[in-house]
Amino acid sequence: MSKATIIVGLDGGEAGNRALTFACGQAKLIGDCALKLVYVIEWSPFSFQTSEENEQRHKRREEELSQARTRIMDPAVKEVTDSGLAVEGIVRHGDVADILDDMAKKHSAQQIVVGRVGLRGLKERMFGGVTGRLAVASSVPVTIIP
Amino acid sequence: MNKFLTTGLGAAAASALPAIVSAQEAVGMDQRINEIFAASTGWFVNLIFMSLPGTNFPWIVLWLVVAASVFTIYFGFIQIKAFAHAISLVKGDYSDPNDAGEVSHFQALTTALSGTVGLGNIAGVAVAVGIGGPGATFWMILAGLLGMASKFTECTLGVKYRNEYPDGTVSGGPMYYMTKGFKERGLPLGGFLAIVFSIFTIGGALGGGNMFQANQAHAQISGIVGNYPGWLTGIIFAAVVFAVIVGGIKSIAQVTEKVVPFMGILYVAAALVILIVEYDKIGWAFGQIFEGAFTGLGVAGGFVGALIQGFKRAAFSNEAGVGSAAIAHSAVRTKEPVTEGVVSLLEPFIDTVVICTMTALVITISGVLLMDPATGQFILNEAGTSIQTVDGSSGVQLTSAAFAVGFSWFPYVLAVAVVLFAFSTMISWSYYGLKAWTYLFGEGKTKEIIFKLIFCFFIIVGAAADLGAVIDFSDAMIFAMAVVNITALYCLMPIVKREMNSYFSRLKSGELKKFVK
Repeated sequence: MSKATIIVGLDGGEAGNRALTFACGQAKLIGDCALKLVYVIEWSPFSFQTSEENEQRHKRREEELSQARTRIMDPAVKEVTDSGLAVEGIVRHGDVADILDDMAKKHSAQQIVVGRVGLRGLKERMFGGVTGRLAVASSVPVTIIP
Repeated sequence: MNKFLTTGLGAAAASALPAIVSAQEAVGMDQRINEIFAASTGWFVNLIFMSLPGTNFPWIVLWLVVAASVFTIYFGFIQIKAFAHAISLVKGDYSDPNDAGEVSHFQALTTALSGTVGLGNIAGVAVAVGIGGPGATFWMILAGLLGMASKFTECTLGVKYRNEYPDGTVSGGPMYYMTKGFKERGLPLGGFLAIVFSIFTIGGALGGGNMFQANQAHAQISGIVGNYPGWLTGIIFAAVVFAVIVGGIKSIAQVTEKVVPFMGILYVAAALVILIVEYDKIGWAFGQIFEGAFTGLGVAGGFVGALIQGFKRAAFSNEAGVGSAAIAHSAVRTKEPVTEGVVSLLEPFIDTVVICTMTALVITISGVLLMDPATGQFILNEAGTSIQTVDGSSGVQLTSAAFAVGFSWFPYVLAVAVVLFAFSTMISWSYYGLKAWTYLFGEGKTKEIIFKLIFCFFIIVGAAADLGAVIDFSDAMIFAMAVVNITALYCLMPIVKREMNSYFSRLKSGELKKFVK
């Protein structure tokens, strides 16, 4: 068990990669530090679905998880492992800010590192971006990489 | 979802009929189809909607209400005992976070609701109150509360005996508990019941879940934009449904699934605002409801008339005991079948006790039902069959008029709501029908597409023609489903009781815990 843990939020894009690069640098500076890479598939238990979607849901969920692992998580984990750091990849369904914070609590992490995603669209303006909500609600320090 | 609406609403469709079919021979065609259909299926319709000797109380309504009462007593008033737990389950308090991404209780409940909340809540209630007076509301609420126990029974069984396939998809419904449950209890005829149920389900899906909806949607649209051919509405609806169920254009269904709950909330909110503004009349309205429930306040048939109308509306609106909900609820992710049964309790509650009651209160308070100020009794129409209304309307038009007293623009919103409700009910029933179809004929792309094409074709038929006999027959089919389904529920209710006792004792002992967020 490493003495320090950093949670890194991946988004399958550029922002997540920046966060990962930064977190790797930090982990090396700290020394004995493990990274937990988290990728969240946006999902709400309170959405409205058709019967057919419900019937297919379990199957789709498995597909979503395996795609997220092969396309995003596995390459990222491999990259970090190759650089000699302890790492674990976690793929979950849910609300990004909630899950990142949950994982930080569960693994007693010292901080969460996420990349900044530029605000765009009405939804972002109204509800604030994921990073904004995380910064407001998180129980551990959050580093946002521009 | 009922034949009694067709009398109220059918008038609008009937008036549009001459415009629909410009060619005379087409009218002749409709009539011929009607005649052939009525001759060959009339006995079945009459059998299902037959009145009890010496009354005008259809035995099928008594069948549903008696079953609901039996389940209520047998499960020790589960609808009251487990009500708070149901809300807790829907909120996700007992959902394992590791199951995130699976079908939640909330999703299963709302999916099932989108199949039942619809014309019954808007038009059906107006018919009931128009004929049975405000007193009908009391019996409607009572029947809705009892119906919660029927839903609990069928949905628990639906989840317990669903099929889970290797590819991860699930299929559930009465046909599965009929076969598997009967086998487990060593009872005969399970397979036979399942086949009969499936046949009725296909009939109900094409009729009440399709043609009737298309017909009423067209009546609404033409009521606002003026008469135009019904096949036009039919083709548009069929094209959209085709895009969803055959083309797999999920976005349309997703949009509907999001707009429909919004419409439902808007409807209840509008009713609430009217009630708040007229708060001084609420006490009076409830007085009318209670007094009317036992005296009838001079409506046709008196107290019995109010009771029959109230029971009918509730039974026909929330479909408790019909078996359709067991299909919709069975996709939920849970290790405990009882949890979904408990959640399904909320369905008749929301559908009947909340939404139908709102409609009834608004109609009562708005004063669209004419009353004799001298006697405090309602004035009957010339035929003496129902209460005279301000503009002589009934069904959707009456609800529309009642809401218009509060908000003049509301009829437009209501028209949009009716069309959307009709659409979402069609999507839901296309699924129920498909499940029954694949149960009978087996799964497979071609077989499924054949059913879906038939389904789309019947939308055009339903919107274009006033095929009263066809619609009567398909409504009878929906209630025939209840005959088969409730028979099975009686046979299987000891299994539900065992599950229920086991679940609640584990809940009490703390073995089943809430997940800390």
